[in-house]
Amino acid sequence: MDAAPVFLRGSLRGPGAAIAALPSMSPSPGFCFTVRAWEEDLDPCRFLTETSPYMWSNLGIGLAISLSVVGAAWGIYITGSSIIGGGVKAPRIKTKNLVSIIFCEAVAIYGIIMAIVISNMAEPFTGVTPEEIGARNYHAGFSMFGAGLTVGLCNLFCGVCVGIVGSGAALADAQNASLFVKILIVEIFGSAIGLFGVIVAILQTSKVKMG
Amino acid sequence: MPGYSEFYFNVDHGYLEGLVRGFKGGILTSADYVNLAQCETLEDLKLHLQTTDYGNFLANETGPLTVSTIDEKLKTKLLTEFHYFRNHAFEPLATFLNFVTYNYMIDNVILLITGTLHQRPIAELVPKCHPLGSFEQMEAVSIASNPTELFNAILVDTPLAAFFQDCLSENDLDEMNIEIMRNKLYKSYLEAFYKFCEKQGGTTAEIMRPILEFEADRRAFIITINSFGTELSKDDREKLYPTCGKLYPEGLHLLANADDYEQVKCVAEYYAEYKAVFEGVGSGTGEKTLEDAFFEHEVKLNVLAFNNQFHFGVFYAYVKLKEQECRNIVWIAECISQRHRTKINNYIPIF
Repeated sequence: MDAAPVFLRGSLRGPGAAIAALPSMSPSPGFCFTVRAWEEDLDPCRFLTETSPYMWSNLGIGLAISLSVVGAAWGIYITGSSIIGGGVKAPRIKTKNLVSIIFCEAVAIYGIIMAIVISNMAEPFTGVTPEEIGARNYHAGFSMFGAGLTVGLCNLFCGVCVGIVGSGAALADAQNASLFVKILIVEIFGSAIGLFGVIVAILQTSKVKMG
Repeated sequence: MPGYSEFYFNVDHGYLEGLVRGFKGGILTSADYVNLAQCETLEDLKLHLQTTDYGNFLANETGPLTVSTIDEKLKTKLLTEFHYFRNHAFEPLATFLNFVTYNYMIDNVILLITGTLHQRPIAELVPKCHPLGSFEQMEAVSIASNPTELFNAILVDTPLAAFFQDCLSENDLDEMNIEIMRNKLYKSYLEAFYKFCEKQGGTTAEIMRPILEFEADRRAFIITINSFGTELSKDDREKLYPTCGKLYPEGLHLLANADDYEQVKCVAEYYAEYKAVFEGVGSGTGEKTLEDAFFEHEVKLNVLAFNNQFHFGVFYAYVKLKEQECRNIVWIAECISQRHRTKINNYIPIF
């Protein structure tokens, strides 16, 4: 074995190695497999044990913050443009409806908090073979990925949901001021979804111990 | 993605939708109309309109107030608002708003040609044109003597060029042919608009479909009724019907063969909504006319457009409802100025 880092070893094996290591040219979002190396490298077990837990953990951290930000941004633009439009003929709605924007922003905050929490769990470990790395580190990597995906996707949909409801709230408020508080209740239920994602992600990473 | 417009509609059109809904809140309500109907003079009317969204739109008018000034100023206000929307619109809303104006452009072209036929000077005709449908080559329309010339010289550069395919003929423009040309242009326009809305898909198509279908069917009924007693043959009549409505194809066949009002009413009985529309109509003094019944139905459909968010139908509905409001105010103003108050309550309330 050469001194190549652990996470490249898996994909450099086999006859189709050099070609296999290039990013796939086909439009499918495939990994580094060409037809030649198909039968040998298409082995999930080998893939999972020979990719580093660090890859999974960093993917999890990235997904946590990026998907949350996408959700928050999506929600904010949906609500914001409606508030601006509705605020022309009914200027009183401008300040009250910032609450909807704050609900969307909370989604991004959940994302960054989870990203920080998850990234604090990444510790250095020694070991280059699957046996040396040990089950605990693999568990840690996979958990961190799962938690990041959970919180990211939950926040994505939460942000969009709060945004669409907030847009409706702004336009309804512009017509009839008594409607705002009632639609706000719908928004509160919508933003609870993001919180569920955070709770489950915390549970997923509660037993993580790397190193 | 059709059906998921709430995810991406607000990127380009969120501000304008919020704005048009704000304007919609300023449309006169039944209480406002009751106040207006109680006015004794046009000055009173102006005073009452000042408390509504119209504000001081008549403030700079010198001289005695006439109904035509009021009408003009009402249209100018709608024009300002519409131009704001059009100037701030991205595609595809920009094309949609253009489609809304083609209706008025067709009316203007026909008005100018008819006026020229009766030897009216162009300067007298241009102010009568609807401002929403004005285009640059409007004044040049008077020089043409047959449709081909009209098309090749003037209209080929305007957006109406696409609707002219059926109308090109060497016949001179006389009374009958002008009406036929108007109906053919309108048929082309309506079908193109319908196709455009269907292509948009999603909520826009869902909201605009019943509105445009009703428009097509209404034109079919009106053409049929107006053609009784004229030389228009049944085949020619059938060619003028827009085909994007509910009546297509069986209802249109039946209408083409109808000979009097009763037969038209029979055709309408086959369709539940039109049966209801024809129900309330009569020609006595206390009953409403067919035109009024159609306007009422149109108002109902347009008001429904505001129940959905994230679609273009609100813009179309707003223009049509404002138009109806103009008609209502002008009706009340006419009744007041002519002191003929028996029919003053024949306006069509919107909200």
